[in-house]
Amino acid sequence: MVPLSHYLTLSAILFGLGVAGFIFRKNVITIFMCIEVMLNAVNLAFIAFSRYLGSLDGQVFVFFVIVVAAAEAAVGLAIIIALYRTRASLAIDELDSMKM
Amino acid sequence: MELLLLLMLLPPLLGAALNGIFGRRFPQAVVSFIGCGAAGLAMLFALLAAWTFSRLSPELIPFVHSYFTWIEAGSFRADCAIYYDRLTLVMTVTVTVVAFLIHLYSRGYMEHEGGYYRFFSYLNLFLFMMLTLVSAGNYPFMFVGWEGVGLCSYLLIGFYFRKKSASDAGKKAFVVTRIGDAGFSLGVALLFWTFGSVDFQSVFKTVGALPLGEYQGTLTAIGILLFLGACGKSAQLPLYVWLPDAMEGPTPVSALIHAATMVTAGVYMVARSSILYAHAPLALQIVGTVGCLTAFYAATIALAQNDLKRLLAYSTISQLGYMFVGCAVGVFAAGIFHLMTHAFFKSLLFLAAGSVMHGLSGELDMRKMGGLRHKMPTTFWTFLIATLAISGVPMLSGFFSKDEILAGAYEGPLGQPWLYWLATLTAGMTAFYMFRAVFLTFCGASRVEPEVEHHVHESGSKMTVPLIVLAFFSVVAGYVSWPKALGGGEAFDRYLEPVFGHSEEVLRSTAARQAEALSTGALMGFSVIAAGLGILVAAWFYWKSTEIPGCLAERFSGLYRVLVHKYYVDEFYDWLVVRPVSVGSEKVLWRAIDAGAIDTLMVDGTAHLTRGAGGILRRIQSGYVRSYAAWVLLGAVFWLGYVLLWH
Repeated sequence: MVPLSHYLTLSAILFGLGVAGFIFRKNVITIFMCIEVMLNAVNLAFIAFSRYLGSLDGQVFVFFVIVVAAAEAAVGLAIIIALYRTRASLAIDELDSMKM
Repeated sequence: MELLLLLMLLPPLLGAALNGIFGRRFPQAVVSFIGCGAAGLAMLFALLAAWTFSRLSPELIPFVHSYFTWIEAGSFRADCAIYYDRLTLVMTVTVTVVAFLIHLYSRGYMEHEGGYYRFFSYLNLFLFMMLTLVSAGNYPFMFVGWEGVGLCSYLLIGFYFRKKSASDAGKKAFVVTRIGDAGFSLGVALLFWTFGSVDFQSVFKTVGALPLGEYQGTLTAIGILLFLGACGKSAQLPLYVWLPDAMEGPTPVSALIHAATMVTAGVYMVARSSILYAHAPLALQIVGTVGCLTAFYAATIALAQNDLKRLLAYSTISQLGYMFVGCAVGVFAAGIFHLMTHAFFKSLLFLAAGSVMHGLSGELDMRKMGGLRHKMPTTFWTFLIATLAISGVPMLSGFFSKDEILAGAYEGPLGQPWLYWLATLTAGMTAFYMFRAVFLTFCGASRVEPEVEHHVHESGSKMTVPLIVLAFFSVVAGYVSWPKALGGGEAFDRYLEPVFGHSEEVLRSTAARQAEALSTGALMGFSVIAAGLGILVAAWFYWKSTEIPGCLAERFSGLYRVLVHKYYVDEFYDWLVVRPVSVGSEKVLWRAIDAGAIDTLMVDGTAHLTRGAGGILRRIQSGYVRSYAAWVLLGAVFWLGYVLLWH
């Protein structure tokens, strides 16, 4: 059996990469992909625990997360398309008209 | 009975409301009909109530009835209740009769002045308040009437509100009486604190049952505090200063409010609380001293006044002092008797003065009058009758009432000879200055200004008929109490015996009387001599040798100037009270505290603070999404750290 700690470490690294990408990338679509990476990292952790605790709760929760991620991606991409139509730019730094 | 009293109280209130709300659209005839009608109904029901009362069975007396509960807080209870006994009867009848006559007089007097409906509305409201005052059954309800008449006095003094001196006079009256009212309220509070009630019946019963000397300190304090209120309302030293200025109001106002009724409220209150004062002889001594000194003091000022109405105002202050002396020496009935006769002849004097003013197109300076006897005969004769009455000339009402007070001052339970002598001297002065007024105004050569001279006319019947009626009362009102010295039975005193008997008994038991040096007959004689001397000197100065006053004024110019300037009391009060308050209000309260501390520091300061903080905090909202994400991450890290490390 692969030890639990391996899975969790992988999950943590993936999450960290997702966060780093979220903060440091400029392209909006890239940022969305990083969000998906973060979500999947969490999914991985859930599955690992489900396997090692012998309980199906983790896997059920993963289903929820997948559904939410899918919905969020759909809505988010729709918003991005609408934004692109008005702004003609996908750089997140240029979307700052909500500043004080 | 309670219905009758309600019917007595309501018409003036309704009249005031009708005239006040709709009066502007009514023609003058309707306004005066409502106004005089209301006063007339009040008088009618007062008389009916008096008649019904006199046939009530003894156990119902004093008649008390509570219309509804006004205040009930813990053990404190003040109802809208009435307390009707013989004193109330005397007061209500006097007040309504005089008020009705003055309402009739006002129909003529106020005809050409503006604000006719307003005048009658206020006058009716005043009547309602005054009747409430004299028929109330507990101190708070009496205070309602007390304050109400103060309000109406303010409204009516400042009736010609566009004239600054008039509105100032109204304010002065209200503020000065307010000082007295503070004393009154404190007195009532102390009364409640000590005896647990402010209801007349229970308080009088409790105090009446007290053994002598118990609670004397408290009762003295209560008496003095209540008297402070009376000083304000009834214009005694040191709170009299508003009354001469109150002459800015229309003359019927001066007659009704500042001669016959409102200013007598203080006397009524002292008389009503007679049992409290009976157990506190020291308070009574203070009342008597203040009253007598005020009487003398006001008379000295009246000697030098040239304005007819102001002279009458000082005369009123002086006569009120007499009434307080009467109550203070233990002859309460005499004080009330003088209140009644004074109401008649003083209001007559004022109304006649108003008639003179009317005929002279507004002139009030006696130096510009003279010789009006022939042109205004009715006014002259009624004024003369009233003057004879106030001077204490025998056989007119003032003689009987003033004499009873003087006799009481000498031989009453708390009487002291010095009170008698000062009061008699004042009586002489009263006769002098009143006849001075008569001679200056009506006799001798005419000093009237030429353009006014053409229009001098006797007033119409609307004004002269009330004058005649009041003159009649000024003559006969005294006959209700024929003095013992002349073989009479003093019926009025015996009539009020159920009211004052207990109090007078208590006083007699406390006072140690030494043998009198003078008999009652001699006392009466002295006062008549004083009056006669006053009249003769006035005749000499102002009829025969008219240059003498001028010479005297020059010889004693310092004294004369002090008198004309009323002892500079107004200036003194201005320096003592008005200027500090005014300067304090402007510099400290307004500039420093209100504008400086509250507006600038607290209100603007808070705004600036908020703005500054906001300016700093808003930099987080950069619109820069990545920085938001970074903040979220930072927060998550901290929270995770807290959970993992500290938990």
